[in-house]
Amino acid sequence: MNTRRLPTGGQINRAKPLAFEWDGKPLAGYEGDSLASALLASGETILGRSFKYHRPRGLMSAGVEESGAIVTIGTGARRDANVKATSQALYDGLVAKGQNAWPSVRNDFGAVNSLFGRFFSAGFYYKTFMGLPPFEWGEGTGAWMWYEKIIRKAAGMGTASREADPDAYEHANGYCDILVVGSGPAGRSAALSAAQSGCDVVLVEQDFALGGESLSRVEEADTLTKELAALRDAGVRLMENTTAFGLYDGSVAGLLERVTDHLSAPTQWMPRQRFWTMRSRFTVIASGALERHLAFGNNDRPGIMTANAAKIYLNRYGILAGENIVIATNNDSAYLTASSLSNAGAPVTLLDSREQVLSSSQAGAQSAGVDVQHGMSILNAKGSKGVYSIDLAEKSSDGWRAKNQMACDLLLVSGGWSPVVNLLSHRGIKPVWDSVNGCFIAPDHHEPIAMAGSAAGIWDHADCVQSGEKAAAHAIAHLQGQHSQIPNQSGGWETPIEALYEISVSGRQYKSFVDPQHDVTADDIRLAHQEGFVSVEHLKRYTTLGMATDQGKMGNVIGLALMAEALGKEIPEVGTTTFRPPYTPISIGALKGRNVGSHFRPLRRTPLHDWNLDVGGTMTMAGLWHRPWYFAQPGEGIGEAYVRETETVRRTVGVCDVTSLGKIAVQGPDATEFLNRVYTNPFAKLAVGKARYGIMLRDDGFVMDDGTTWRLAENDYFMTTTTAHAAKVMTFLEELLQTRWQDLRVHLTSVSEQWAGIAVAGPQSREVITECAADARKVTDSALPFMGVVETTLQGNIPARIARISFSGERAFEIYTPSDYGPAAMDMIWSAARVRKGCLYGLEALGALRIEKGHVTGAELDGRVTIEDAGLGRMASDKKSYIGSVLKNRPELLKDDRPRLVGIFPKDRREIFNAGSILCQNDNVSGYGNGWVTAVTHSPALGHWIGLGFIEGGHSNWADRDVVCADPLRKGNTPVEIVSPHMFDPSGERMYG
Amino acid sequence: MLRIQCPFCGLRDHSEFSYGSDASVEYPPLDGSQQAWHDAVFQRENIDGVQFETWQHTLGCRMWIVVERDTRTHDILSVRPAHDGMAQALNTSLMIEPDQ
Repeated sequence: MNTRRLPTGGQINRAKPLAFEWDGKPLAGYEGDSLASALLASGETILGRSFKYHRPRGLMSAGVEESGAIVTIGTGARRDANVKATSQALYDGLVAKGQNAWPSVRNDFGAVNSLFGRFFSAGFYYKTFMGLPPFEWGEGTGAWMWYEKIIRKAAGMGTASREADPDAYEHANGYCDILVVGSGPAGRSAALSAAQSGCDVVLVEQDFALGGESLSRVEEADTLTKELAALRDAGVRLMENTTAFGLYDGSVAGLLERVTDHLSAPTQWMPRQRFWTMRSRFTVIASGALERHLAFGNNDRPGIMTANAAKIYLNRYGILAGENIVIATNNDSAYLTASSLSNAGAPVTLLDSREQVLSSSQAGAQSAGVDVQHGMSILNAKGSKGVYSIDLAEKSSDGWRAKNQMACDLLLVSGGWSPVVNLLSHRGIKPVWDSVNGCFIAPDHHEPIAMAGSAAGIWDHADCVQSGEKAAAHAIAHLQGQHSQIPNQSGGWETPIEALYEISVSGRQYKSFVDPQHDVTADDIRLAHQEGFVSVEHLKRYTTLGMATDQGKMGNVIGLALMAEALGKEIPEVGTTTFRPPYTPISIGALKGRNVGSHFRPLRRTPLHDWNLDVGGTMTMAGLWHRPWYFAQPGEGIGEAYVRETETVRRTVGVCDVTSLGKIAVQGPDATEFLNRVYTNPFAKLAVGKARYGIMLRDDGFVMDDGTTWRLAENDYFMTTTTAHAAKVMTFLEELLQTRWQDLRVHLTSVSEQWAGIAVAGPQSREVITECAADARKVTDSALPFMGVVETTLQGNIPARIARISFSGERAFEIYTPSDYGPAAMDMIWSAARVRKGCLYGLEALGALRIEKGHVTGAELDGRVTIEDAGLGRMASDKKSYIGSVLKNRPELLKDDRPRLVGIFPKDRREIFNAGSILCQNDNVSGYGNGWVTAVTHSPALGHWIGLGFIEGGHSNWADRDVVCADPLRKGNTPVEIVSPHMFDPSGERMYG
Repeated sequence: MLRIQCPFCGLRDHSEFSYGSDASVEYPPLDGSQQAWHDAVFQRENIDGVQFETWQHTLGCRMWIVVERDTRTHDILSVRPAHDGMAQALNTSLMIEPDQ
């Protein structure tokens, strides 16, 4: 393959040379080049190695369908694998490397695979390494895993960088009336006429240059610039380097904009790529068509590409890709290419498989000096690292017959055109086979989508332009509420295409590739049929046809045709596989956008967040919240810290930030009735100035959440929920009021963010509160008894709501102040606690305190637990009906042997055991066991480790039985004792006292 | 992505909403029979066609709405507030017309 850059012509800027590196070799190209064209102009022909056989591969196309020149771009952390050289814009300093080869793509050791090619048929690895002699011992064992690793290494793709991605990515949102995909003649005319009619139009183009097909049409070189200017003037938003990779419900398109992938020195603030969610009201798909290959012997050799690719390299990049050119075709489109190549100075032979063609195409080519031969095609290409000659085939009455050889250095193939119907297919619309045009096209459909140009199977240039205008008119009518169908306009060739997919002669065995990227051959397809595969979906999975990064853009139709032939059916009967997004690969980085690191999910900070950090708190995640975990003193780890904090709370007093609890204002004349219906226990008679602990069930009778609700005034309640279930409870209550109980006059407001919450717990909590309250009389024992509520102010005129409620089992208070007052209130409360040798405590100590008391929380209320299971059956009123009251009494849920909440002690009190372990009978550690452990802690009050969990029938059922806590992956078995969940102060003297 | 016309906020992405359940279910009274509750909670049609479903505009106005949707095409045929009083208020033009 002898290539040369022509002195003039093309859409490149010869005044701007760009330096780049290919496999360590410094090379140069021009501004406007793709990496592929620059490599081609530099005479680099071997650009990749094939997936299985490691055959040398060169350029096969000039676009996204590329299956040969798949390379790795960039270095270090910015190494990007499996980039198609054909769609990568060249920039100054670009570094590219060949992949799937060692030591290089030119001399690849793995090419030894191709000597054994006849063994590597479809399913080879599985058949061989999973259970056939001499490998039968490998079946179902680790041996297959071992082979797989080696096989994976030999087969393959490029390797991604293992370093963190240093680039930023963005998510962006867009809106428009009409989205036009593709900036070729049809896309441009659609965009222009829609914009001129007043529509807001976005036109996206995947290439780095706008123009599509027009970029390689010499006669349009001048008008293109003017047309693009006219589009801008009309208000069309033009987005190049942007792929519409998927079309979704609601006329929403996913776009990937490559912002810096074509720049040599992007500024630091630019994101590498932008992921657009584009909401349009109508989509015009003018995404063009892709030229197909033909299956013949060694059709994958470097020096063999599509005819259209040679035309693009010639007219867009000013490169004549060979000096002795043969073109094999079955349709009219190659004639123009043949003429241009001949005019550029290369001898061209055009082999047309059709015996007769209408005169005008032929006359044009012949007057350009092309040698046109009819009824001829290619049987086999010779040469391994390039083509030096070909075996011709001549059509005979019973198929093909081998003919003479012919020398050439560039072999071009045009096996017909496949309209890019992928985006339409994403909407669940199956393309239909158009036998006249030999391609799949869009059927009639009712989506707000119109196909235009060659994406609709229209081959004539003027017709394409017109189809764009028709699509725009159709779109505008649709936006105005008129629904119509665009009639099928496919066609435009003088002589019909011939159904030709493979050229073979009996007795001659060649490798002829159907899917070159995955090394699927025509014989693989036949083998699959022979082995009983009849569905295309199975064929695809068995042979991996069309499953490479090009998703079958080049080879799928040939594969289907060969399968149809093997089955003795027509292509429409065989059908096609479904195209799914993305149309071309998109990076994971673009999908994640900015949601990385600390932005992976939103962070909720309490108003006391900084306060907690300032006093040395260590934070932990609780849902989206950051909560204080423990407050270590010098020399303490978490273990020492939480034990000290737990101890201090029980001895003097502790202070804790409990802001993250959910808080809901429940207000209105029917608020009491509403609460009485959602809580299991009676709320009808809760007095003003009192709080009550309540349990809510789901409709199905399982526990949903627990919390306290305070009656502030006749029609004004303050509800708290657990941190974890706050949102769920709010949504459920809103649903009840807006759907089922529309007559209740109740208003709900989430006030979680409005109030800072501080728990003060311990024997001396009353003294702390008294010191802080503006009016000490409001918080005396009688003014604020157990479960009492008072609205008052703290010193310094800080508004506060105080309730005497306890989660720790100690005398305790919860104080809520408006968020902005939180730190000031905390300062005051903490100094009052500190002088009493109190402590700050975090989530770990909070957990220890509640485990000692057997109070349930999220770990126990996991959605499978009934109110009886949780040991709270006394909270379930039998005097009223409430949400879940009927279904909680299902017979299965009333069984005595259901897992019930229990306390757990290690038999040997020095032992530790783990949450997540299962509880089993001593002599029967198997299956799911008889229960499980939900939470463990060291209990300073008891002096050993304790746990909470569930076990069949509850603790009375296991009082004298040997139970082990089984933890096979971590600690092994620990003998335990099952006890009442109320492990500390069961009568509650400390709390009520 | 589905686009849902919230009666209060206008046309929004479905990611702002949360799916609730089958809007045609009539919940029995709280003291209804176990069978009635069982049927309401567990017996659901898996409709191939048009169904009414409740959604909440969770990240918007938090109103519950009833969406009439074709499960085969994802076409949304109508949207109305779940609360009849709200629906009535909208019909009597007490509310500002949402953007189209």
